[in-house]
Amino acid sequence: MSALDPLALAGARPKGKRPYFLENRDAERLMTIVMALAQEVAVMRERMDTIERLLERNQTLTRADIERFTPTKAEAQERGAWTQEFLARILRILQQEQEALTAADASSEEIADELAKI
Amino acid sequence: MTASVKPAQNKAKAKKAEAKKTRAAKAKAAPPPQAYDGPPDYRVVGRHGMFPDITHDEAARFNFLAQMNRCLAAKVMPGVKAAFDAQVEPAFKKKHGRDFKDRHEVRQALMQDPTWRWWSALRRATMEQRQQAGRWITIRQADALNAKAANLTRDDARLTLDPKLALPRYVAAVDHHCMPGSYHTELVAGDVTGAANYDIGLFATTGGMLGAYNDGGGVAVARWVKQHLKGFKPKRILDIGCGLGHNVLPIAQAFPDAEVVAVDVGAPMLRYGLARAKSLGVDNVRFVQADVSDLSPFEDGSFDWIQSTMFLHETSYKSMQAIFRETQRLLRPGGIVLHVEQPQYDESMPLFEQAMRDWDAFYNNEPFWTKMHEVDLDDWMVKAGFKQQSLIHGGVAAVVDPNVFPEAAKDSTQEDYGRKAAWHVIGAAKEAA
Repeated sequence: MSALDPLALAGARPKGKRPYFLENRDAERLMTIVMALAQEVAVMRERMDTIERLLERNQTLTRADIERFTPTKAEAQERGAWTQEFLARILRILQQEQEALTAADASSEEIADELAKI
Repeated sequence: MTASVKPAQNKAKAKKAEAKKTRAAKAKAAPPPQAYDGPPDYRVVGRHGMFPDITHDEAARFNFLAQMNRCLAAKVMPGVKAAFDAQVEPAFKKKHGRDFKDRHEVRQALMQDPTWRWWSALRRATMEQRQQAGRWITIRQADALNAKAANLTRDDARLTLDPKLALPRYVAAVDHHCMPGSYHTELVAGDVTGAANYDIGLFATTGGMLGAYNDGGGVAVARWVKQHLKGFKPKRILDIGCGLGHNVLPIAQAFPDAEVVAVDVGAPMLRYGLARAKSLGVDNVRFVQADVSDLSPFEDGSFDWIQSTMFLHETSYKSMQAIFRETQRLLRPGGIVLHVEQPQYDESMPLFEQAMRDWDAFYNNEPFWTKMHEVDLDDWMVKAGFKQQSLIHGGVAAVVDPNVFPEAAKDSTQEDYGRKAAWHVIGAAKEAA
């Protein structure tokens, strides 16, 4: 057996000072954890999708079947489309802020005052 | 309830059932809301003899990462341009009463913008997740992988390692593209895990645009040479900064009668490279450990073609100058040198694009990228002894099986500023004596 600890080594830092981007470091730490979790949700969803397809096909399955499973091109596209949908859902705030860049909407407070006058 | 109402009720029921049927038929026949545009499943990646075992969930992780990178390029990054146009640039002009003077000013201004910050934080985190995913796969089976490489390379004269080689500063200073241990680190004697990690994860960073064996770039270069240099029959080819050899194997395959020498500083890459090449049935490549700024072991005029692919940006100014001089010395008259890189920052490139292209330099551990891309390569090649009229310019995009992989040449929906599988070619022919 190798003396290497794969889990510790997998997450090792690369040499080079790490840049931080968000105004608050805690926010960036949290975002990084959330995105790693998002990755694991996608992994679980793909596994569930594999199980469903195998059961539909064979009415039974083993863990080895899951490991061997290769989706057809059409199946892979359905799975890929799901991941794109998933990312669109979790990154919604970025989409809305992007849309707001060119919007000149008044705030609800302003509109309330305005509506009280007309 | 009266009898006279019943038929009407029945009719309504029948109508409802009919409508339900039509809806169901429509739902079945209806095409998806839009045609799928994204990376293929990871399992289309080619399995050569050095390929590690990858579990279902590990493949799924790479699938997510490929989608994440695509999402960042196609969905999130356009927001950065929108924010730049709507807010960052107007605010700068208002404050300073002038335009940006260079790409660094643009980047400094972008750094204050929340859209850029979030895109950057997500992009960095995605790269770190990609490294963790690949390292987990390869290091958990380090013994098996290292034994496979040892078996495939033992007593093979095509692997020349130099354990005394001093690591050049351009490699030692930083772990390139956030790859822990970079090209050179050996976790144990005879280690190849770093190279295997690089190989299996390229899919995630490029969204599959390099093809089954990550050879789409090399295939494109070989095709370009055959198309533009008709009758060119190289006998000896030198590939500098070969890494694990994925760019040079397709060249060796396209010119099977040529003897190919591939040079790199990282022993794990070379070991893995030879083992991988042999398992793919490519037998005309030798892998040699050396610092490419000193190619003195090779004789003057001993190569017909010298190639570097996405390598110059990981060196230094002095190394680049040495490489240009050495290539001039090593080529036989009539021979060619080609460097494949992302485009240089010249006046025709908008400052915004230059600043975005600099991202990998400052935030993805590619520091020399920014310096390399501001050089006038034509001028440097001429200073190294090539004639102006012998300079070669071109462009290539990764060639992949279009039934399986996305084609970079046809991809107009996303520009990943530096990561797209489409490159410039800058080179020169050595004048015939």
